[in-house]
Amino acid sequence: MSLLDLLKTISAIMGMLTVLSVIVLSLTLLERKFIGRIQMRKGPNRVGPFGLLQPVADAIKLVAKEDILPTWVDKVIYWVSPLVVFIPTFMIWVTIPVARDVVIRNLDMGLFYIIAFSVLSIVGLISAGWASANKYAIIGGFRAAAQLISYEIPIILSVLAIAMLAGSLNLERIVDAQATKPYIFLQPLGAFLFLCGGLAELGRTPFDIHPAESEVVGGPFVEYSGAHWSVFFLAEYINTFAIAALTTLLFLGGWLFPGLPGNVTASGVLVFLTKTYLVVLVIFWFRGTYPRLRIDQLMSLGWKVLVPLGFINVVVTAVALKTELPEIILGLISFVILASTFWIISVRMRTAPKPEYTVRLYDPSLEGLNAR
Amino acid sequence: MSIEELTVNYTAVVIAAIAGFGAMAIMFGASYILAPKRRSELKDMPYECGIPPSPYSWSQLHVRYYIFAILFLIFDIEAVFLFPWALIFVNAIDAVFYEMLIFIAILFFGLMYGWKKGVLQWR
Repeated sequence: MSLLDLLKTISAIMGMLTVLSVIVLSLTLLERKFIGRIQMRKGPNRVGPFGLLQPVADAIKLVAKEDILPTWVDKVIYWVSPLVVFIPTFMIWVTIPVARDVVIRNLDMGLFYIIAFSVLSIVGLISAGWASANKYAIIGGFRAAAQLISYEIPIILSVLAIAMLAGSLNLERIVDAQATKPYIFLQPLGAFLFLCGGLAELGRTPFDIHPAESEVVGGPFVEYSGAHWSVFFLAEYINTFAIAALTTLLFLGGWLFPGLPGNVTASGVLVFLTKTYLVVLVIFWFRGTYPRLRIDQLMSLGWKVLVPLGFINVVVTAVALKTELPEIILGLISFVILASTFWIISVRMRTAPKPEYTVRLYDPSLEGLNAR
Repeated sequence: MSIEELTVNYTAVVIAAIAGFGAMAIMFGASYILAPKRRSELKDMPYECGIPPSPYSWSQLHVRYYIFAILFLIFDIEAVFLFPWALIFVNAIDAVFYEMLIFIAILFFGLMYGWKKGVLQWR
């Protein structure tokens, strides 16, 4: 490897860092505006035209804010854990292609690498909770671990089915294999599993059990403030964008769009970004719509619904590929399984015994005032 | 894939790790210079919603987390076996396909057994 190559790589990674920071800034503004509109508010609109400079103001505020170090914390682990959360989420982006050949290194095991590295940030969350020496933080950290490891399995299984279909773990080849049909038509079940698991990995509503403000007051992040807190925040948004980008690449055909040339970089990047931002908007939409699941519901959904479905998905895809079933039938089977799961869940929700509440209405006759 | 290609690819990965570390170092450095530092005893107390915190903070945790961690280990290691298989099974001999199906079936019935035993119930 020559020095020139090395310099090229370094400058590309620096460029990626800059682009990701800009994307995070845009996502924070987009989220606040979008949630605002859902709740019939205007969202931030004071700093700059239409509030466009709000994220910049936020960033400056966070850096210039005091970094509190509580007395009881385990100092080294406390300072290091934001890095443990951030660095793996950043390293994932080395191999996520934005258009054909617009990627830093197209690893042959790209998908496997992404899966392997995205799990690492769990360690950061646990150690952040542990080092904070705060009961809420510890509970939050362990909740994060329980949730993230449970939802990792549906993600792995849905990604596995995609790897089978494409016959490769290389993200560029996976996109190329979707030239005629995006995999969401062949794998609606897999897409559901991936998005569900992805939302849980992000810790976003409806799966925001570990930073739940009303239960564990911010979970592992209770004691953090200033720059160290903002690193967790940065990692969360980079992860949100990564999950959206992966959904686009694996299920929505990446930079390919009917009628547009797939080989032109400009149009490829444009198509990719449009699709990714649409998926991001869907994720924000969930946040504006759904209430939070309870932790027992979350674990049952993960282990009793999504993991068995993931196994069924893998087996169905494997059998379909081995017996050379037409692709449309694979898509239909997958869709039927998904629809019947929804149907069974909704029937069970309607027929489940309702918990009994005793409601005491105000009864004026008991007050003695009406007796007169 | 040659050794050289492997080195080139994973050098980029290492550089990305270093760059992430560097960016964070710059940010923490800027914060160290810019941010005010006024320590006080009350501010440095652990935040437990206003109630004075009790001294024993590293409290014991419920065993249920441990059970899910073991389950995760099993299923995550299974992924390591499944990924290479997923790439080659279509063109390999039939035995490869059926053997992995048996492996998946064992795992699946293990999960069902755990479900029946109530391991998956969050208590």
